[in-house]
Amino acid sequence: MTETKSTCPYCGVGCGVIIESAGGQITGVRGDPAHPANFGRLCTKGSTLHLTATAEVTLQTRLLQPMRRVARGMPPTITTWEGALDDVAERFASVIDQHGPDAVGFYVSGQLLTEDYYVFNKLAKGLVGTNNIDTNSRLCMSSAVAGYKKTLGADAPPTCYDDVNHADCLFFGGSNAAWAHPVLFRRIEDAKRARPDMKIIVADPRRTDTAEIADLYLPLRPGTDVMLFNGMLHVMLREGWTNPRFIAEHTRGFEALRERVRDCTPEQAAATCGITLEQLVRAARLFATSRATLSLYCQGLNQSSSGTAKNAALINLHLATGQIGRPGAGPFSLTGQPNAMGGREVGGLANLLSAHRDLANAGHRAEVAALWGVPSVPERPGKTAVEMFQAAADGEIRALWIACTNPAQSMPDQATVRRALDRCEFVVVQEAFSTTATCAFADVLLPATTWGEKIGTVTNSERRISRVRPAVPAPGAARHDWSVVVDVARRLETRLPRRTNDGRSLFPYALDNAAGAEAIWLEHRESTRGRDLDITGLDWAQLDAQGPQQWPMPEGALEGCSRLYEDGIFPTPDGKARFVDAVYAPTAETPDAEHPLWLNTGRLRDQWHGTSRTGTLGRLFGHVPEPALQMHPQDMGKRQLSDGDLVRVSSRRGAIVLPVEGCADLTPGQVFSAMHWGSEIVGGQGPEGAALGGVNALTNNAFCPDSKQPELKHAAVQVAAARLPWTLLAMALLPSSSALQILHLLRSKMTQFQFATCVPFAADGVALGASDAAWSGVLLRAAHREPVTSRLLDEIEALLGLDAPESMRYADAGRGQRRALRLNDSKMGDGRLRAVLLAGDTRAESWIRTLVQDQLPAQAFGRQLLRSSSRAPSGVSARGKVVCNCLDVSETAIVNVLGRADAPRGSEDERLADLQCQLRCGTSCGSCVPELRRMLRASEVTVAAPS
Amino acid sequence: MHSAKEQGRPRLVMIGNGMAGVRTLQELLRIAPGRYDITVFGAEPHPHYNRILLSPVLAGEQTLDDIVLSGWDWYEKNGITLHSGRKVVSVDRRRRVVRADDGTEATYDRLLLCTGSRPVILPIPGNDLSGVIGYRDIADTECMIDAARTHQRAVVIGGGLLGLEAANGLMRRGMQVTVVHRGAWLMERQLDRAAATLLRTELEQRGIAFRMQAQTEALLGTDSARVCAARMANGDEIAADLVVMAAGIRPEVELAHAMRLHVEHGVVVNDTLQTVTDARIYAVGECAQHRGVAYGLVAPLYEQAQVAANHLAEYGIGRYAGSVTSTKLKVTGIELFSAGDFMGGGDAEEIVLNDPLDGVYKKLVIRGDKLVGACLYGDTADGTWYFQLLREGRSVAGLRDSLMFGRDTSPHAEAAT
Repeated sequence: MTETKSTCPYCGVGCGVIIESAGGQITGVRGDPAHPANFGRLCTKGSTLHLTATAEVTLQTRLLQPMRRVARGMPPTITTWEGALDDVAERFASVIDQHGPDAVGFYVSGQLLTEDYYVFNKLAKGLVGTNNIDTNSRLCMSSAVAGYKKTLGADAPPTCYDDVNHADCLFFGGSNAAWAHPVLFRRIEDAKRARPDMKIIVADPRRTDTAEIADLYLPLRPGTDVMLFNGMLHVMLREGWTNPRFIAEHTRGFEALRERVRDCTPEQAAATCGITLEQLVRAARLFATSRATLSLYCQGLNQSSSGTAKNAALINLHLATGQIGRPGAGPFSLTGQPNAMGGREVGGLANLLSAHRDLANAGHRAEVAALWGVPSVPERPGKTAVEMFQAAADGEIRALWIACTNPAQSMPDQATVRRALDRCEFVVVQEAFSTTATCAFADVLLPATTWGEKIGTVTNSERRISRVRPAVPAPGAARHDWSVVVDVARRLETRLPRRTNDGRSLFPYALDNAAGAEAIWLEHRESTRGRDLDITGLDWAQLDAQGPQQWPMPEGALEGCSRLYEDGIFPTPDGKARFVDAVYAPTAETPDAEHPLWLNTGRLRDQWHGTSRTGTLGRLFGHVPEPALQMHPQDMGKRQLSDGDLVRVSSRRGAIVLPVEGCADLTPGQVFSAMHWGSEIVGGQGPEGAALGGVNALTNNAFCPDSKQPELKHAAVQVAAARLPWTLLAMALLPSSSALQILHLLRSKMTQFQFATCVPFAADGVALGASDAAWSGVLLRAAHREPVTSRLLDEIEALLGLDAPESMRYADAGRGQRRALRLNDSKMGDGRLRAVLLAGDTRAESWIRTLVQDQLPAQAFGRQLLRSSSRAPSGVSARGKVVCNCLDVSETAIVNVLGRADAPRGSEDERLADLQCQLRCGTSCGSCVPELRRMLRASEVTVAAPS
Repeated sequence: MHSAKEQGRPRLVMIGNGMAGVRTLQELLRIAPGRYDITVFGAEPHPHYNRILLSPVLAGEQTLDDIVLSGWDWYEKNGITLHSGRKVVSVDRRRRVVRADDGTEATYDRLLLCTGSRPVILPIPGNDLSGVIGYRDIADTECMIDAARTHQRAVVIGGGLLGLEAANGLMRRGMQVTVVHRGAWLMERQLDRAAATLLRTELEQRGIAFRMQAQTEALLGTDSARVCAARMANGDEIAADLVVMAAGIRPEVELAHAMRLHVEHGVVVNDTLQTVTDARIYAVGECAQHRGVAYGLVAPLYEQAQVAANHLAEYGIGRYAGSVTSTKLKVTGIELFSAGDFMGGGDAEEIVLNDPLDGVYKKLVIRGDKLVGACLYGDTADGTWYFQLLREGRSVAGLRDSLMFGRDTSPHAEAAT
């Protein structure tokens, strides 16, 4: 067995992993104890990475050969790399030739490595001569970039993870770190345990798992963050809690802000934000008067039409109170993606240039042109993500190259995005997975390497650069993203000779090996010389020897820099930070009579982004098994909705159908859907027969004027019962060697229903242990106005193996009802259900799902299994959702232990310890601990109630 | 009881000592004891027995004694004159006198015809060979039992209810049995193809061979005029020491013809089971044709018996409106039930359940909101309930989703939507 140190490909915490491999196959993963981001810890997603890299998953979900479509809508056919790359170069050259360089666009990803990013940026800005290169980081981090630059002068988080151990106050704004950055949250829990006096404030419209740890929870009305921060500043000024000396010595622009916040009286701020005066004052006091205050923020601030103002208004507080440049103090933007930071470093955005240079700055442009050896880099700002797809929809951009991201899932206003992809003359999709929604729009598909295969570097939220090392060779014909870019770039150079460097290639890197990646990195390193992120003192050998390092690390430095601005000097011309006169503006859309509800979107604990990777694993659906719209029970009552009812959610841009689920963590008037539910997972046919576009069919593409980051977090929607009385549930355990393939085929049928969702699931005992991994669950749920054709049902049955002669069946065609189930062969008479189809009436789901998922003996129930009744045959009890994914502990098991008469009565920590002693839940990665605490508290109430 | 014949009582004569007739007498004796002076002629030299149970006798599961329903003493106790083993050869309707083959005569005021039916003997060469029989009565049964002792191979012509029971019995008695069936599936009058396929598979597993969609063209005999083979229309020959013709039954109407009663397929009767020709004469059972139907199953015959007895008792309130029939196969270990319009079609809707692991198939046929037919294989526990729903003709709309799973007797029976 070989062990390879690399990083986790999910969130921006950037944990180090040790990949175990044997015979060219990844066999295991564990946290790297030496990595300073996680010290050996991993979350539910990270600790299951190896399961997403098995040969079975690779064969069924990866793009393994270059492919080409003769026409859109046709299945792609395999082609050679030569053919595919020539095709891409030819088509791009032709569009550039005929329509100019701004007629092409590059839409890349915060999941690319720094080296990939660097060559993409050089290709667009250096060779092609367009700034039309943007990335999905635009959907994620650009407000943080703009916020930092406007206030502190550079796009640099001044803090580090260790600050959580030094802070006396943690302020979470728009961050559910418990789910989105679990390993960092574990460190915060440790810190809170070690220093219970550390105060934690959480401001969030939803009472998330992060809020569970809070001393003060502010149930903020959506989009009112600027008013909250300005109101806090008003209080601080009134109470004399600001730091006038810091303001005077290290900042400029306070007067305008002071004038601004004069109007933000506590009364008005509290009323606007939907919190009490006391909460506001307490928050201001804790923030300002704690010895060290660290704020941690994420998409709640960033994904907003006033995202930059929100970021700046929060940083204003740090500057006004001097809570910066000291251990435990500072504004800490948590990045959503593993290498959003790296992308920012190489300037891989439409308005940036290499090494934090600005496109608008002529001097910066000249520096970059000189570094690259090209006459100039274009001046005209490129199209940012939303603008780029709008331009494509308008016919302005004619060729798109999309790499390592899935805009047909993740971009807001899917109708426009899909129109853009449809209209675009030539779409290249460079991807590791063949299963993403965007792949369906590609003319050419280029297979890329991914986690466990890639070579290069990434930078995490705390500016720490880690090496990414390949544990196994690339599968099939997949190549490294940078190699593909370089190979196309060289072809383009022969077709666009005028931009080359005196006849020498701009891309003189070795292909497909570590030397090439390192050469690119060295070029990037040189570009940082003298910049705020100077890493000229770092090299790969040092990263190998000393481990990950934080920038800056200029030539001569022995190690990276954990905190910035300790000297109070900021990277502005005069060294002083700037206050921003942040003005509160409501969200772009506010609820009205027609669309009376706020739609908020966000992450789940066990999924990541569009789920192309996490979605291959049934066990990661244990926590939240299927898409749903969360709604406050009071709002459900008004609409006479019950849990599980299908609702039609519509905004001004589109509509989707989802099951509704009561959730008291939201305030009335709000609804929530996970961002992961794209058209791959949830869909159906719209009124005109077009496919429904996932949750982002609803979201708003209005963006922040500074950061151009769209307001994915807020859309006004209406919710009405969707009357789709004919329902279907099909579940099966399938051989893992074909389950994902079948999942994909089932998903291709989703548009034949008015509502459909299709997800994997893990069955009990199947999820755990490599030997049992031979079976994987797939689930299809659908609903329709009237019964669907029996042919469609036949096709679904065939995919699930229900066409076997031994299947049990019930059919009442007149009522549109059909049920089929298949038991495992068992001579013992204790056969388990391996496949079930309930069509027309799914009332039996309540118990039959348990039988399948928990693999309970079912044979004895015989033909009663075909009943439509919602009453279980006696002896079946549901196991409940999985709370602890690592150790497979269910909600029911936990509730049972908590509800026992002899359960200890001590403190919450003691009770948690007892629970963990009995069930071991939350003792592995710990991601479920907030949820366990919530359950502990809930049980305390119920236990105490009768007495 | 009635030790001597009382003068002045009307005389009731019954021709045929089978199940329909005796049931009529039993009913009559129950509701109007002593009203008639009763005389019975029976062609078979046996007291009244349960013809339905001949198959278990053939299969060796019961004895002939077991299946006697009314022993000799019953007739005596009820003052009934029984002429057993005497076949009635003529009836003088003008004089109202019945005459048997041995010359015995009886005068009647009311006559009850219950001559039953006889097996169809196919008009093929060799149908008169020794070892070729129908399957109707105790004599046939005994003949088969004897043949099974001395011979090896049997061919049963006809894969209907009777044929399969015969085949099963012969197989159980050690013979190699081949069933030759014209239809595409077995028991097509009682089963749909799916149920019949399960049945055939089960019987094949028990060792019975089948020739489906096959027609017997001729029976071949040995020098001693015993059958030795059956030749199929396609030329195949199946060796056979015994051939049982079970290709259908015909109402036994020879006597009725001679009596110049109106006969179509059977003796035509009205809703009080009186022949349309002569109101003194009643006909019940397999020989009677009511509203175009001659029934071959026991349940309708009992229903007819009840009405006929009621009318004979001069209560005049009973009317027979026809029967919905149901079938069970008397082959041990095979549960099979069908009733009503089990094939559906037209505007009928079907509810179907398949449980291949348990070998169960169920089909319910619904027209409008009523259950009109059922075909059950493998699990017939709910057959009686379905039959009841079917005959009552009440709406099953509210039960529809749970109908297939049997009567829900639990207190929280879920209201169907």
